[in-house]
Amino acid sequence: MCLAIPTQLIELRPGALGLVELGGIRKEISVALVPEAAVGDYVIVHVGHAIGRIDPEEARRTLAMFGTLAQLAATNEAALP
Amino acid sequence: MKKDYIRPLDIRNGRVDMGHGAGGRAAAQLIEELFLAAFDNEYLRQGDDGAALAIPVGARLVMATDGHVVSPLFFSGGDVGSLSVHGTINDVAMCGAVPLYLAASFILEEGFPLADLKRIVDSMAAASRAAGVPVVTGDTKVVEKGKGDGVFISTTGVGVVAAGVHVSGANARPGDAVLLSGTIGEHGVAVLSKRESLDFETTVASDSAALHGLVAAMLAASDGVRVLRDPTRGGLATTLNEIARQSGVGMLLDEAAIPVLPQVEAACELLGLDPLYVANEGKLVAICAPDAAEAVLAAMRAHPLGANAVRIGSVTEDPHRFVQMETSFGGRRVVDWLSGEQLPRIC
Amino acid sequence: MKYIDEFRDGAIAKKIQARLREEAQPGRQYSFMEFCGGHTHAISRYGIGELLPHNVRMIHGPGCPVCVLPIGRIDLAIQLALERGAIVCTYGDTMRVPASGGLSLVRAKARGGDIRMVYSGADALEIARREPGREVVFFAIGFETTTPPTALTIRTAQQEGLKNFSVLCCHVLTPSAITHILESPEVRQFGTVPIDGFVGPAHVSIVIGSAPYEHFAEEYRKPVVIAGFEPLDVMQAVLMLVRQVNEGRAEVENEFTRAVNRDGNLHAQALVSQVFELRSSFEWRGLGEVPYSALKIRSAFAEFDAERRFGLGYQPVPDNKACECGAILRGVKKPTDCKIFGTVCTPENPVGSCMVSSEGACAAHYSYGRFKDIAVRVEVAA
Repeated sequence: MCLAIPTQLIELRPGALGLVELGGIRKEISVALVPEAAVGDYVIVHVGHAIGRIDPEEARRTLAMFGTLAQLAATNEAALP
Repeated sequence: MKKDYIRPLDIRNGRVDMGHGAGGRAAAQLIEELFLAAFDNEYLRQGDDGAALAIPVGARLVMATDGHVVSPLFFSGGDVGSLSVHGTINDVAMCGAVPLYLAASFILEEGFPLADLKRIVDSMAAASRAAGVPVVTGDTKVVEKGKGDGVFISTTGVGVVAAGVHVSGANARPGDAVLLSGTIGEHGVAVLSKRESLDFETTVASDSAALHGLVAAMLAASDGVRVLRDPTRGGLATTLNEIARQSGVGMLLDEAAIPVLPQVEAACELLGLDPLYVANEGKLVAICAPDAAEAVLAAMRAHPLGANAVRIGSVTEDPHRFVQMETSFGGRRVVDWLSGEQLPRIC
Repeated sequence: MKYIDEFRDGAIAKKIQARLREEAQPGRQYSFMEFCGGHTHAISRYGIGELLPHNVRMIHGPGCPVCVLPIGRIDLAIQLALERGAIVCTYGDTMRVPASGGLSLVRAKARGGDIRMVYSGADALEIARREPGREVVFFAIGFETTTPPTALTIRTAQQEGLKNFSVLCCHVLTPSAITHILESPEVRQFGTVPIDGFVGPAHVSIVIGSAPYEHFAEEYRKPVVIAGFEPLDVMQAVLMLVRQVNEGRAEVENEFTRAVNRDGNLHAQALVSQVFELRSSFEWRGLGEVPYSALKIRSAFAEFDAERRFGLGYQPVPDNKACECGAILRGVKKPTDCKIFGTVCTPENPVGSCMVSSEGACAAHYSYGRFKDIAVRVEVAA
């Protein structure tokens, strides 16, 4: 079951719960599966549970990779006679 | 003891009971102290079972009816009461008519708190007064506990269409412009956010509103308005498919042009919903002749309920009556009818 | 929305599209199987199929846990509601899956079954706490992404000493499904379904890590690229697969590095092993019995196992003869190859499970793609 959304953890609550935010919407979810999550982290939420964290450095790298392709493609096009 | 003293309704702690629907003294008291007090107008003061209404000579009448079973009864931006007034006024207005009168019938569940009923009825009265469309007649029945969901409201509205105005879902023609009066998905999200297992904090409020003023402004600005419809249950996608089927045409939409509030987008992401299929109660779709689009849009934007009006696409020639859309991502897809109830997607 | 919008940028999509056109070798066919309901949905919703070069084809594999749920399992859930008076809690997608006797969970509800849609297992627990006099059963389905939340739910029920709660466990495992497809006679011997590589599931991989796929890459010489859910992720992954095929490589690559690493979520994995163990065999709709492909609840938690608690016996039920879900789930046939697609079997009246869930290959094609088929037919007729 694949709907899972990256949201920001804005508050930790007792009972391994947390409050996450996405685009101004807030929801209480369980963080029991990602005990190392800290306030400010982005976590991926699935059926009411955080299942993992987003690594901001890797996210940056991935976007840069898409962008690099763009640069490469542009360079190639420019290089064509 | 004062003569003619009758103990007033206990609004604070009282509840609807079977006596209130029996047609006797208790029923009369409920109607008088709660309903008539709120709606109060010359028609209701006559005290008859029906209302004798004045209609302009030679006018074409429009009549529309709607049942309201929304759950929960109270939500951000409205309640079942205001919804029932706005909804029926809008149905009449979507026929190009000026709404004149409303009738309201209530099915109450035994045990329903009078305080909640009063809140709902007062809300209806306020909506009706603000819109300038009085509730001229009504009815109340009570069903046993467990046989109703608190309260069901049915409203019927009548209005008149001016000569020369022909608005119908069957009028769309290839080349016409498809216009939308504002952002989509707020009502559905506001209601869902209060339901039990989809509980989340949000400031998204229902957009429930009476649109007859906006419609009047649009019809005054141009005679090129061919179709009007409000995208309620099933959302924008369903409404466009209905029109496409009725008119025997296709449509091509531009996803990037369809306005959605960021919070509505976020709520839909969390719930696995597509904003195109989420209900609206204060928006309309208009299809007009291509050369009328500019004038109609200007009229919409000049009205408070159409400030964010935008053109979202065009009507096409299509025997299959598909509503297609260019996605912001760059591909093309069909925007199909809603299948079943839009259950929040997990997958 | 951060980490969402950036990965849906149409301008970047055009760049990746251009790159794909350059690198996909003309005259060569590329067929990639995506294995995740979310990927099927992304491809349909964003019209990605159209943006790929004509010789790159996406096959929808059995990545939708609702689609592979056999009729017999839904029957058990319906039985619990209609015959045993239990409150059955389920995810939304499961409600309309067709079962025996023309029933489905939504139809059983109309007949008086107390069947409630929940957003998570925690909701089912809450219902159990609020209604101590009623039996509450959570119908747990899903791949490895959904399994840890279910494990947590069962452990919480045990810690709280709940006496009226149990789980009908239908959790299935991704690697088993892939192996089964690769082993199926069509692929191994006849090459009818040429699968040149796999787009690995996004969120399953967050939990299990990228390591489990290394086996397929080696043993079957097929490249695997784990992709995120957003449309740019999918396109990028397809590009990486095309490259691997061109270069004759068969490796596991990770496009979804922002959320997936090699080991996965060890904490979640430990919790799952504490509560569940492997079933020796499990019936998958369309694939038949697949060995070591599903989980059951361990004896230590027996009182929370609905099958044991209610003494349920599983009865396999064959699919409708005209239904081609089995072949479609394997990628052997397309939705349009099915005789009843779009006529008898529609999203309103699904005959097979590929049509029920919006991620099922048939539902996705019907809702998003069928305008292309019809256009082609019209041209041909003219």
